[in-house]
Amino acid sequence: MDKKLKKIVQDLQEKFGSSIEEFRDEVHVFVKPGQIVDVLTLLRDKHEFELLSAQTASDYWPQMSPRFHVIYQLTSLAKNLSVQLRVPVNGDQPKVPTATRVYEVANWRERELMDMFGIQFEGHPDPRKLLLPEDQEGHPLRKDFPLGYEEPQFTFNYEEIDLRKPYAKE
Amino acid sequence: MSQIEEVTIDQYKHLVSERALTGETMLLNMGPQHPSTHGVLRLLLELDGEVIVNAIPDIGYLHTGIEKNMEAKTYLKAEVMTDRLDYMNTVGNNLAYCMAVEKLVDLDVPERAQSIRVILTELQRIASHLVWIGTFGLDLAAMSMFLYAFREREAILDILELCSGQRMMTTYIRPGGLWRDVPVEFEKAVRDFIKTFPKRIAEYEALLTKNPLFLDRLLGIGKLDAATALQHGVTGPMLRASGVDWDLRKVRPYMGYDQYDFNVPVATEGDTYARYIVRVQELRESLKIVEQALNKLPMGPVRSENRKFVAPPRSEIGVSMEALIHHFKLWTEGFPAPKASIYSAVESPRGELGVYLEGDGGPKPYRVHMRTPSFDNLSVVSKIVKGHLVADLVAILASTDIVLGDIDR
Repeated sequence: MDKKLKKIVQDLQEKFGSSIEEFRDEVHVFVKPGQIVDVLTLLRDKHEFELLSAQTASDYWPQMSPRFHVIYQLTSLAKNLSVQLRVPVNGDQPKVPTATRVYEVANWRERELMDMFGIQFEGHPDPRKLLLPEDQEGHPLRKDFPLGYEEPQFTFNYEEIDLRKPYAKE
Repeated sequence: MSQIEEVTIDQYKHLVSERALTGETMLLNMGPQHPSTHGVLRLLLELDGEVIVNAIPDIGYLHTGIEKNMEAKTYLKAEVMTDRLDYMNTVGNNLAYCMAVEKLVDLDVPERAQSIRVILTELQRIASHLVWIGTFGLDLAAMSMFLYAFREREAILDILELCSGQRMMTTYIRPGGLWRDVPVEFEKAVRDFIKTFPKRIAEYEALLTKNPLFLDRLLGIGKLDAATALQHGVTGPMLRASGVDWDLRKVRPYMGYDQYDFNVPVATEGDTYARYIVRVQELRESLKIVEQALNKLPMGPVRSENRKFVAPPRSEIGVSMEALIHHFKLWTEGFPAPKASIYSAVESPRGELGVYLEGDGGPKPYRVHMRTPSFDNLSVVSKIVKGHLVADLVAILASTDIVLGDIDR
């Protein structure tokens, strides 16, 4: 790990008790949902991470706690560093405080995540649908959302697939 | 068929000014089908006479579920989806995705392949900027610009066709290298382009750069300062036009960009004209990179020798049992990637094109997210159009160089 980044990560570990993971020179810091706004503010103001490069999520269904990881990819232009924050969220009514007040770019990014994953961002100033039509039901990027075509049924798995087919409900 | 509900102002209450609620200002739809929105973008404008009070972009008309579709394909097959994101920068999208896959599975790329990748992505950057300069001129009623720019773009698309057989959706760059080596005609075609193109840039500049009508439309319009730009995640030429010297090719060199001598054009004004100047200068810089890369193009293989990820050449299959097994495994099952995630970014003509890629140990990506630059570059538009005329909105929107396929994914 880069020396400058190591100091920043240590700062986060001391203040928020975050755990870290490393893979191919990338650092992933795990942050609790309640801390995310404080962590982002600290990184922006003290450590010069000016840019929220990407904000996305990943679904680990059928695992339910945590089911989602909300991912914040931060870039520091001044120090030329990158760090990734991961916020594990439970599957039952997933909620994360909004980052819009720290990085305005989070406004659209969070609207996209609300559409695609059904993760609620508390305090979001404009929680309308962004990419999906207003009458769309379900959250397409969740792993339990079908891709749109039918799975082929064979003799060995006919019943297994039949059970999860979206037949019309009575 | 679901019934179409009447759209009321309630939905937009928190986004428009109070004057809109009393009917003092007018709400007007611009788009989705409007020639100057560069695709299907709808803008809800709140107008006081001809002055814009608020602009609310509405996107998603081109949403095709590319990220979800990629999860259902193997790493190699998912690559064709990336072409369809930003259809002005297909080679660059392939590069971003392939670099992500290579980082995830730790795959090497031969030097010759790296150089060819650089040549093609820089040519594609020129082509993308040419489409931009053409449509920019078109939006500002400089019709001839469009015809000139598309003439040169055609030469670049011919070079892409020469290499890959396709003009736009190339999928020429593959994880671990390229689909195949460039044909013998490639060098001459690129050299011809390098020879003629500087004169063409001079032509464009003669038409536009000091044209008083053009200047009147652009100077001081749509000012964007560096702090607002960073807050809204703006990257690429738009950020550099606001005075921030940030180019991933320079600060985090990939594909051997550090061995080429080029400048990163930066302007400080942050207005529409500055964005024009930055992109025109980028045309020259890209051409410099292409020339240098072509001059020292090394010989050698264009695909990695790592047979676990890259299929062996056809000639080996007849004589080697292992080659046949690898060939069969790769084209039926695909290669597995570790259970981990990476984020890898390249500089596309529009800004930081990032790929978040997550593997689960199997042959298909568990999650792919494309961080597309147009998405964030558009989100700042509603901030910078306030107080300008509707005609200026056209200029501002054109200067952001958005591609709707890139935004909606």
